[in-house]
Amino acid sequence: MDALEDGVLDGNAIGGMLIEVFGAEMTTAVGICGVCGTRGQVAEMPVYQARMGAVVRCRVCDNVLMVFVEVRGITCVDLSGLASLS
Amino acid sequence: MSPISRGFHRRHEEAEPAGRVPPGQYVTHDFPVLSAGPTPHTQLTDWTFSIEGGQSPVSWTWQEFQSLPTETVTVDIHCVTRWSKLDTRWKGVSLDVLLGAVSYTAPYVLAFCDGGYTTNLPVADLLGGKAWVAYSYDGSALPAEHGGPARLLVPHLYFWKSAKWVRGLRLRDTNAPGFWEMYGYHMYGDPWKEQRYAGD
Amino acid sequence: MEGTAVRGRLTWQTATVGAVIDETSKVRTLSLDVPDWRGHQAGQHLDIALTAEDGYRAERSYSIASAPGEPVAITVERLDDGEVSPYLTQDVQIGDEIEVRGPIGGYFIWDPPVSGDGPLLLAAGGSGVVPLRAILRHRGLVGSSVPVHLLYSVRSQAEVIYRSELDHLNQEADGVKVIYTLTRQQPPGWTGYARRVDQQMMAEVAWPVASGPLAYVCGPTNFVEAVASDLVALGYPPLRVKTERFGATGTP
Repeated sequence: MDALEDGVLDGNAIGGMLIEVFGAEMTTAVGICGVCGTRGQVAEMPVYQARMGAVVRCRVCDNVLMVFVEVRGITCVDLSGLASLS
Repeated sequence: MSPISRGFHRRHEEAEPAGRVPPGQYVTHDFPVLSAGPTPHTQLTDWTFSIEGGQSPVSWTWQEFQSLPTETVTVDIHCVTRWSKLDTRWKGVSLDVLLGAVSYTAPYVLAFCDGGYTTNLPVADLLGGKAWVAYSYDGSALPAEHGGPARLLVPHLYFWKSAKWVRGLRLRDTNAPGFWEMYGYHMYGDPWKEQRYAGD
Repeated sequence: MEGTAVRGRLTWQTATVGAVIDETSKVRTLSLDVPDWRGHQAGQHLDIALTAEDGYRAERSYSIASAPGEPVAITVERLDDGEVSPYLTQDVQIGDEIEVRGPIGGYFIWDPPVSGDGPLLLAAGGSGVVPLRAILRHRGLVGSSVPVHLLYSVRSQAEVIYRSELDHLNQEADGVKVIYTLTRQQPPGWTGYARRVDQQMMAEVAWPVASGPLAYVCGPTNFVEAVASDLVALGYPPLRVKTERFGATGTP
């Protein structure tokens, strides 16, 4: 896999938003990719384009794990790429 | 009530000729890179551009694409994250030429791309000299981080509609939301009406 | 689950700028007065929000530069095309109000009772030094004797943040060694590293795996990726390498 470009961040960068959405600290939560089964902590997941919305992908297979978009104060959350998050 | 931070203000809009900067935008001289995923690196020998959903599918290889009529255009682009970049220069093939090669009746397309990104548009917004598949920016080959080998260029709409790494269009009878549209971004995206989110 | 358990939701609080310290020509530390601050741990960050008179609101994240128990402070690097950083590094005055939300982060934390006493390898790329400085200050305040190597990659000596504090740590010989690599410009007579981090440099600076080290790597994404993979190649278990990637903006 190519080295990630400088514009890509990680789950640490959306820590505040995750607390707002889940009501709990989530950067240490472990997610399992629904496509390749890779386990990883949210803090270490690549996060793309945090300005239009946060797209959180699997570090190994790039599958979209989670998407968060804030529209007029309400955050739309899609977790369908995860097999589990705990 | 949020406290006001004394002296803080949004970036100033530069004094530009009236009518060039849509509401809520500021002019940048950079070209910010925003991507929803890692940069794909498709080899030109593997690259094709296809139009599906017409009477029969049509596809061009990179070689074939390069021999289509091209145009050089200078346009302003407007990103929903509020930056606008004026007088950007592109070279590419007009969608009038590409859609002209297909027999179809569908009113909508879903553009699809390497990496899985999609965005939806009315066919009417691709015709009449309003849209291109661009492979050169500012006189050089379009860099991968900005959508190379080729991207859609639809400058009259917010720039998320100008899909990077575009590989084709799927003609559709219904207007199916693409990637960002599914999460609440506007289905059409006219910067002059500030159509950033659904319901705007 | 390791890390800080946050009870309930975070809310925005009003903070007053209490003190301002210019660290370099482009970097400033702001000490904040937050009446209901719930305390923080070394390595955490906070979100700030600025509201303009016309209601326009901008939010950013900054690592907390101070140790637990010290007043909350953030260190901000001015980006020329920025919207928030020029305000925070040039316009803001003592007494001005900003909103803050935090502390945030349960992963990139150093807390001796939880983190253990393995030697620390801290690797900073540019403004990535900020949360690592909070870790160093915390180490000092709690009287920890855990050995530390801080590898600090920065373009030139003029851009070193907290320079006198870090040089003092080097001189104190209290178990902390700061190793600079000046990647673009070096002062005359410089005998230290003068290149981007690479596997060879990591091999020379990193604690041997057998000593049970814990690594914290912070900075631009490319820097973090390079250092983290070098450490794993040296045998560091991935779970013992904590990473925090800042954008090109220098903020997390």
